[in-house]
Amino acid sequence: MSMPFYVSPEQMMKDRADYARKGIARGRALVAMQIADGIVIVAENPSTTLRKVSEIYDRIAFAGVGKYNEFDQLRVAGVRAAELRGYQYSRNDVDARSLANQYAQVLGDVFSTMGPKPLEVELLVVEVSDVVANDRMFHILYDGTLLEEKRFCVLGGDAEGISKRLEPTFNDNLDVAGAISVAVAALTGPERTLAASDLEIATLSRNGKRRAFTRVANDTVAIALR
Amino acid sequence: MTMPRFSTSDDPGASFADLLRKVGIDPFPATLVSASDAQTFPHATTCLALTFDGGVVMAGDRRATAGMSISHRTMDKVVQADDLSGVAIAGTAGPAMEMIKLFQLQLEYYEKVEGQTLSLEGKANQLSMMVRSNLPAAMQGLLVVPIFAGYDPLVGRGRLWDYDPTGGRYEERDFVATGSGSRLAGTVLRVGWRQQLSREAAIDLAARALWEASDADAATGGPDVLRGIYPIVASIDSTGWSRIDDTKLAAMYETIMAEVRTR
Repeated sequence: MSMPFYVSPEQMMKDRADYARKGIARGRALVAMQIADGIVIVAENPSTTLRKVSEIYDRIAFAGVGKYNEFDQLRVAGVRAAELRGYQYSRNDVDARSLANQYAQVLGDVFSTMGPKPLEVELLVVEVSDVVANDRMFHILYDGTLLEEKRFCVLGGDAEGISKRLEPTFNDNLDVAGAISVAVAALTGPERTLAASDLEIATLSRNGKRRAFTRVANDTVAIALR
Repeated sequence: MTMPRFSTSDDPGASFADLLRKVGIDPFPATLVSASDAQTFPHATTCLALTFDGGVVMAGDRRATAGMSISHRTMDKVVQADDLSGVAIAGTAGPAMEMIKLFQLQLEYYEKVEGQTLSLEGKANQLSMMVRSNLPAAMQGLLVVPIFAGYDPLVGRGRLWDYDPTGGRYEERDFVATGSGSRLAGTVLRVGWRQQLSREAAIDLAARALWEASDADAATGGPDVLRGIYPIVASIDSTGWSRIDDTKLAAMYETIMAEVRTR
């Protein structure tokens, strides 16, 4: 009988974390920001059909970085959880905190209960409200760690570098165009440039309409980047 | 609450009704009522839709009746389904309202899961399947007979459909009416409808059709000047759904009543 090599639990978790982190770092990053008009999400994504940012519910949006098929499945699961809750109770009973907790549980379970591999994704669940103070931005890591963020939040490869670049340029008096321009500058850094077609941008507007989510059209983005 | 997740072979896809069934909620439960009991439940009645040049107008009265009583005076039988379509419902109020809710949810759910909206014909077909799912209940008297109408951007005009209780789906070219006052309202539409009607003329014709229906059908409510309750009239064109406000309807019914007085 052959004996498997002993691997300490610490080592196993470290290996799994390294694996997930590497997968996520390969993907392109995204930025979410709270401004007076609502929440703006700016993702680097050249595809116009494979979305990174999408609508979950009336005032809730989802964004994912990492492996597309994995976060897209989680997106659909989130839509389902939200719609079921809204159907059984009321549309007012659907909130980002509960969804973020459910996501954290799923990611944590897959990471620690020895699924074949951890999910190579990082998720963002944001909810817009009438005032900035009541907005919610939840950032969920590959191992189920749940973070509540304020002002702005960066997901994906080189998140630290992007945050450092965004910190001095971000302020909450920005309008949507201004927010797009500082977010893109932070995403690219001094060496690169991005065209409107390389970006996927969506907003959750604080305009009181039932469905707050809207995608920002390419020509609007191009004007903001001028 | 845990997040609903399914294996690939078990996935309910973009159907909200299938998702409900997967989590143990039957959206169209079997009922055990007798047809005579069903008569005593609140019923919603007259709704209509007609096309005009560039869109459709939908309208419905506000009354629900339970047997010989008026059970509700402010029922919304005509509702927006999504940006470019609306649905109007006649039949037993409970299952009818539930079907409207499910239908609205289904359209939005499909849009979110699939990342694109259904075609207008696809939406009409979805409603047809819901009416068919309700057939066992309909056989026991819990009948639901909707009208579906909207603006179809693929062909650039308004389109409308009516349904039978078995889910049969019939696209009508000009106008359609459903519910107890449908023969009266339908006759007014038949006499008054013209090709290339303007939106304003179509709204006026819809208001008149409901007036005549309420004048001779006990289950159809007329304009309630005392309480300020007016029928729901809405138009749908390429710019979307817009409901005609009560002040405008009040003025329209003023004119209609003045005409009736001098008949």
